[in-house]
Amino acid sequence: MNPEPPIPLHGEPRLQLLHISKRYPSVLANDDVSLVVRPGEIHAVLGENGAGKSTLMKVIYGAVKADMGEIMWNGRQVDIPDPAAARALGIGMVFQHFSLFETLTVVENIALSLGGEFDLASLAIKVSEVSKRYGLPLDPLRHVYSLSVGERQRVEIVRCLLQNPQLLILDEPTSVLTPQAVRKLFETLRQLASEGVSILYISHKLDEIRELCERATVMRGGRVTGEANPRQESSASLARMMIGRELPHCEAPVFEGERKPLLEIRALSREPDDAFGTRLSDIALTVHSGEVVGIAGISGNGQAELLAALSGETPVAREMVQLCGEAVGHRDAGARRDRGLSFVPEERLGRGAVPAMSLADNALLTAHRQDLVRHGLRRFAAARDFAQRCIERFDVRCGGAAAQARSLSGGNLQKFIVGREIMQTPKVMIVAQPTWGVDVGASAFLRQTLIDLSRSGVGVLVISEELEELFEICDRIAVLAGGRLSPAVPREQTNAEAIGLAMSGLFAQPTPESTHAA
Amino acid sequence: MLLEPRATPSRGMRLAAPLLAILLTLGVGALLFIALGKDPQEAFHVLFIGPLADANGWSELLLKAAPLILIAQGLAIGFRARIFNIGAEGQLIMGAVFGGGVAIAFQDSQSAWLLPTMVLAGAIGGALWGAIPALLKTRFNAEETLTTLMLAYVANLILSWLVSDPWRDPGGMNFPQSVMFGDAALFSMLFEGLRLNTSVFITIAAVLLFWIFVSKSFLAYQVTVGGLAPQAARYAGFPASRTVWLSLVLSGLTAGLAGVGEVAGPVGQLNLNISPGYGYAAIIVAWIGRLHPVGIVFSGLLMALIYLGGEAAQMALQTPAAITGIFQGMLLFFLLACDVFIEFRLRKPLEKRRAAALARKALP
Repeated sequence: MNPEPPIPLHGEPRLQLLHISKRYPSVLANDDVSLVVRPGEIHAVLGENGAGKSTLMKVIYGAVKADMGEIMWNGRQVDIPDPAAARALGIGMVFQHFSLFETLTVVENIALSLGGEFDLASLAIKVSEVSKRYGLPLDPLRHVYSLSVGERQRVEIVRCLLQNPQLLILDEPTSVLTPQAVRKLFETLRQLASEGVSILYISHKLDEIRELCERATVMRGGRVTGEANPRQESSASLARMMIGRELPHCEAPVFEGERKPLLEIRALSREPDDAFGTRLSDIALTVHSGEVVGIAGISGNGQAELLAALSGETPVAREMVQLCGEAVGHRDAGARRDRGLSFVPEERLGRGAVPAMSLADNALLTAHRQDLVRHGLRRFAAARDFAQRCIERFDVRCGGAAAQARSLSGGNLQKFIVGREIMQTPKVMIVAQPTWGVDVGASAFLRQTLIDLSRSGVGVLVISEELEELFEICDRIAVLAGGRLSPAVPREQTNAEAIGLAMSGLFAQPTPESTHAA
Repeated sequence: MLLEPRATPSRGMRLAAPLLAILLTLGVGALLFIALGKDPQEAFHVLFIGPLADANGWSELLLKAAPLILIAQGLAIGFRARIFNIGAEGQLIMGAVFGGGVAIAFQDSQSAWLLPTMVLAGAIGGALWGAIPALLKTRFNAEETLTTLMLAYVANLILSWLVSDPWRDPGGMNFPQSVMFGDAALFSMLFEGLRLNTSVFITIAAVLLFWIFVSKSFLAYQVTVGGLAPQAARYAGFPASRTVWLSLVLSGLTAGLAGVGEVAGPVGQLNLNISPGYGYAAIIVAWIGRLHPVGIVFSGLLMALIYLGGEAAQMALQTPAAITGIFQGMLLFFLLACDVFIEFRLRKPLEKRRAAALARKALP
């Protein structure tokens, strides 16, 4: 179905995309996409990863050239060959991943992006003005490395606003924000819209879109599958448009077995290896058999450091990490795996898997303990068989066990890595960002798999930025902020509000007793 | 012009790259000969066909290829792990010094154990000289490219001191060289009147062992992971220091064996011309052989042919000795260039594309 783009009811549309198509070597990223954005409208572009949202935004921003189709800007047909041209037209974009120099100040970063001659002092005043006006508090003279992720996003937004844009594109802006910061951002966006700025808001979070947006264009597989007023739709109906079926739910039965401590973190402190790392201070947590414990918080608050200390990639003091009652803090990742630890890192390519190696070879990476090596020699057939079973059991879409890891999409590679770790029947499983880049259907499957794994007597620790995810699968939730860990609280005794507050670092320093008692 | 990575580098091209590099080398080589006023066809005949015209030529080819292949096998393990030992020449010299030292110490021995002892001593000498950079790297994080190369000069100076003072042949007219080794300290000849000797079997055995090691062993897999994705190796718990030790000691060991093969073979003594740069040429052999044990056999033969051809060209065409180095260098240069274009593609800057697009639009 390719409906003709609707004619706007009143006023000239700010932006009109007509029949945009973009083909990449292996995939049709945009297939005859049409879209209308009116002045002062907050317009959602909704879709799963790989639905073609980002490609479409890059076409608008001039970062990618469409193969076919036209772009109308304020009623005129335009050619947008590069981002500079887009900015000249009045299009600003805030990317999911920031492009800021950590060693420079806020105003220096902004000056760099404006180009031409500038006067830092007067620019700093302007930055302050704009940030005050839109409720984006920002000190122009602070160095970027000292800013939180939310503050860095403000820098990016202010940088766009200084150019007086008529259209602002935000790509998954809330994935790095606390619930409170999300609310602040929404206020800013509404104010901008009331002044006539159009906003294109890309997200897959249905609740946010229903709260913020007046209109939504839903994409699936590169095509527009529907237009809707999100306020009149339910999350379920939007999900149907987005994934083509009902949103699946997770079942978390009660654990029947004996509850014993499997992973104990005791007074773990560590100085970071590099200047911009986070210092871990006095972290204490116990993960028991039969439970999923979640660590909420925004990346950059010590997540990477804590994971490396737990996995053994950076050994710590002996007593700080206990695995099944044995002190293993000083041991490396291999030795901890020998003792029943499995770990899924957030970086899949290059850490969880070797990009240039086949899936069979990547199975060997950690699963060589599953009798895939005898007398120091590799058993190729056994490794292929292991990879094949993993592919089947975890529904990994790929070209078979011989496919290179880098040929898989992020979500499918994640399924393979999670599968590889689970199939080693661990006693403790640590997973970082289990569903980053994984589509909605597969996310539900992975979450259910983690719950089932825990109910078989495994202790599961999940570190995630997605609060909804943690509330769906975890029995207890702690928050890591500024290198400190809040006490883990049973899920029913907390809510997004409280977790969000803790994410800002507002919690009492935990004592070992409080976590053990949980 | 911009270089951007290709999504899927062609596997076929990666295997064809050495052939492409050879063709390019020949092409530029032809231009070079024309510039020198020589007939390229005749020059190529002298370089690549002439040396293989008789049995002696084939014997010399294998004699030169054997050490190149042996050293390259060891180097390739390290290169897979991105441990760049470029001082195999020094490890070769230390192997020759240790092995030759045994021969000098037991000059009068007729024991059948003398040669095996020399081989063992040579292996130990080379391995020790590789172990020093390994220690420096694992303890002090010293770059092995620098330390291995510098230690090659140190090895050369040690050899130079030994043959001009303590181990100098008293009856050698003051030349910096040791006594000639006795028969028990030499590999025996394989064919009457040809220089090819039994040390070639060490290389053959090494090729087989390395082939099994690389294709079958879990240890080689761990080493390869360490080179391809260091973070993944750390994630899996493969110790990085073990890879460093293994790479450098193993490549030192093979270079040391090659050193014994020279002094207990065609050279027959310790002097200052043990190796015509085998340790450096083996770096090229390893790369042209795509770090694969069998590929290295072919590239080793090719490099040996360039050595022979270079010598023949000096005599027949009066070209300078540098011709050998030029051809070896061009081969590596073109191979690396081919690799770049297999992994990356050239992209025209945006301005030109825009101009092209405009031109297309202007057409009816």
